[in-house]
Amino acid sequence: MSFQLTVNGRSTTVDVPPDMPLLWVIRDVLNLKGTKYGCGIGQCGACTVHLNGKAVRSCQTPVSKVNAPVTTLEGLSADGTHPVQVAWLEIDVPQCGYCQAGQMMSAAALLAKTPKPNDQEITSAMNGNLCRCGTYVRIRQAVHRAAEIGTTSRLKKPAEVAAAGTRD
Amino acid sequence: MVVNRRSFLRVTSLAGGGVLLGLVVKPPKADAQFGPPVAQVPNNFIKIDPDGTITIMAKDPEVGQGVKTMLPMLIAEELDADWKMVKVEQTDFDDTKYALQFAGGSLATPFNWDPMRRVGAAGRELLISAAAKKWSVPEAECETSAGRVMHSKSNRSVAYGEIASAAAAMPAPDLQKVKLKDPKDYKIIGHSQRGVDTPRIVTGKPTFAIDFTLPNMLFAVYQKCPVFAGKAVSANLDEIKAMPGIRDAFIVDGMVKPGTVVENDPGLEPGVAIVADTWWHAQSARKKLQVKWDEGKGASQSSVAFAQKAQELNQGAPAKTLRKDGDPDAALGSAAKVVDAAYTYPFISHAPLEPQNCTAHWQDGKIEIWSNSQIPGGGRTLVAKTLGIPEKNVTVHMQRGGGGFGRRLTNDYMVESAWISKTVNAPVKLLWAREDDFTHDYYRPGGFQFLKAGLDSSGKIVAWRNHFVSWGDGDKPANASTMGANEFPARFVPNYALHNTNQQLWLKTGALRAPGSNVYGFVIQSFLDELAHAAGKDPVEFRLALLSGPALPAPPPRPGGGGFAGPDFSAERASGVLKLVAEKSGWAKQQKSSGRALGVAFHFSHMGYFAEVADVSVSAEKKVKVHKVWVAADIGSQIINPNFAENLTQGAVIDGMGAMMQEITLENGAVVQHNYDKHPLLRMAQAPEIEVHWLKTNNPPTGLGEPALPPILPAVANAIFSATGQRVRELPLSKNGFSWA
Repeated sequence: MSFQLTVNGRSTTVDVPPDMPLLWVIRDVLNLKGTKYGCGIGQCGACTVHLNGKAVRSCQTPVSKVNAPVTTLEGLSADGTHPVQVAWLEIDVPQCGYCQAGQMMSAAALLAKTPKPNDQEITSAMNGNLCRCGTYVRIRQAVHRAAEIGTTSRLKKPAEVAAAGTRD
Repeated sequence: MVVNRRSFLRVTSLAGGGVLLGLVVKPPKADAQFGPPVAQVPNNFIKIDPDGTITIMAKDPEVGQGVKTMLPMLIAEELDADWKMVKVEQTDFDDTKYALQFAGGSLATPFNWDPMRRVGAAGRELLISAAAKKWSVPEAECETSAGRVMHSKSNRSVAYGEIASAAAAMPAPDLQKVKLKDPKDYKIIGHSQRGVDTPRIVTGKPTFAIDFTLPNMLFAVYQKCPVFAGKAVSANLDEIKAMPGIRDAFIVDGMVKPGTVVENDPGLEPGVAIVADTWWHAQSARKKLQVKWDEGKGASQSSVAFAQKAQELNQGAPAKTLRKDGDPDAALGSAAKVVDAAYTYPFISHAPLEPQNCTAHWQDGKIEIWSNSQIPGGGRTLVAKTLGIPEKNVTVHMQRGGGGFGRRLTNDYMVESAWISKTVNAPVKLLWAREDDFTHDYYRPGGFQFLKAGLDSSGKIVAWRNHFVSWGDGDKPANASTMGANEFPARFVPNYALHNTNQQLWLKTGALRAPGSNVYGFVIQSFLDELAHAAGKDPVEFRLALLSGPALPAPPPRPGGGGFAGPDFSAERASGVLKLVAEKSGWAKQQKSSGRALGVAFHFSHMGYFAEVADVSVSAEKKVKVHKVWVAADIGSQIINPNFAENLTQGAVIDGMGAMMQEITLENGAVVQHNYDKHPLLRMAQAPEIEVHWLKTNNPPTGLGEPALPPILPAVANAIFSATGQRVRELPLSKNGFSWA
């Protein structure tokens, strides 16, 4: 069946079974690999994307039910300058990094609604995202840092963020 | 890996200018598990381009332990490179070039600390020689800094890139004679460097094995019998093949040898493969798949029966004695106080968040593989053997893994993808569903330990006896289910016995982060805590007294053990971290209050010493809240990448806490828990504040990923006891009615 989707601001038509989860449309049809498969039952949050700005589990969202614009990690910013991306890079949150796309999408949705979240608000927004490596201490720091960056007048350029020397 | 007299630096000039520096090593024979040890061709670790870009090759598998950043840091430091100009590239698996490409045993640091620095230092000396020759000045007058050679007398300097081509013509320095830096001069080592893949991760670029694609690639699922090694007798393959998007469906007989104990990496397991245009098509078809299984001999196994059998075995005489000092029975008979306790713990699953997957491309008798394996060499051997082709026809490209924890030290999913690709003669990505991962893991073995100890009238331990009921058949233990004869407190108790009896098991078991230690630490440090309380002593003081008492001599180092033959257990280092964690946590000044207490434990494994204190409260409803954890660690003289080391240590604490609520159980031979909802990881709401303190001692730097984990389980369990009076002798905690707050 044919479905019209808007993903990261781009309109596209996909021909897939109606029960195909948005996750697999994003990964294997649109070839955007940032969104991850972890559990397939909405337990881990690795597949979190935004549907009309709200964090949803794309593994639990059949493509036929998608009736609003979709944003994936690749669509948070064109060049890695979303406050969440900058904060995650600054604090160097990842260990293996596999869950972090989902963590960052949950964090971005939280900050859009609550620009200065307290610890309790962070916990309740992030509690559905598992990190097998246990980077929760840093995830919390990074959400606070992203909130700080988000309220400053200017975003850092990627070159400034990368100043500590890592190369892509 | 050791830089010995047969090792040398190979210098090669680049066609377009610049220089390649390679290390040729002849390392000693390594542990067979970790693959071919001999490198015959120079592995070009460093490439210096005329524009000043320095490319450093990362040779080991990265699964979140930070090795892709850490090993290049060692080279860059001694090369005196500007880290900002360094580009890190992952190598492929190539045992003709690189020795010991694996991720396991927390061995990357002890194996590579010396040789990687020597490669860098030799490169630096070579560049100095080239500059000195160019300027006609003595080499001794030249210095380096941040990627430049300088001659201060004549106020000249040159960038590495500008003299790289000239350096290619210079004789290679002797690796054994190169001068290594004084650690106080380090500019990269000991300074926090960001993970080299972090920029890719935060922007969602394809980074992990699961993200890798090939043109015209097909997707596969592989349905195995719920009981290990059960065979597919028949299946509705025609119906499956007629479904939309399905390219093929077929039964695989597999190659698991019958036996009483499952071999490590037993080979291709039987099952049914479904190959489709997308993974979702394959996974959907699976819901309609009907298979008649011959479950085999594993079908009668159950966790309930295992526990009953263990109790029975403990009633009888132990099958063997792994260690005996003095006369434990006599000492127990004459002890002032005897403490008896039975500890049990379950099988648990690794469950790395990136499910097992592998891409394979069979073409004309050769196969190319893209894998996140922690031991690609073992995978290559297994694939070659299974497909009946020479090893040289198997190429393994190393991909970043979304977690490892030991799960990827076996290559079952690699050989499955290879078999499927060969059968359909096309590039195939095999992806396991999460349920496949939970039901077909190499589980951390569960176990039963029946302990008895005696205290004299002064509260000193005079006898310790452990009957360890584990898994195996006769002298053949199941994988990762043994206990070393020197496991603490062996040597520190005069009358000591470690007995062992095994029961049979037809299930894959294997190494999980800090194998053995991840739960033996719980048993030993919990029981020690019982003894401290029975003796009426402070748990920290009691442990320090045990460590400072007389000890039997340490065994000689294991011959030829490579990095495993590291420094033996040092009571001094264990005491050091215990004292530090007591100081940092305010142990001596703790306020006793009902329902909230501190718990302490230490453990030595993988050459590292860790002591941890947990501040825990328990509600009337038995909800457990871990407020804060203090960690004190001695892993030698140098923390290579401090920010990452702290992250990894905090993660180990959270991982270990998670393990306290997990269990894998068997009913009718099949695993009951299929996903994270029944085998939970810790969530943010349960994660404590974690303070990490490094005790730097004059010892060679050693690994971190594993030894940080074991002490947290007993630290939390001991705090629960102090807070509630209830001793935790069984995991998961839920068996005693506890849950996380």
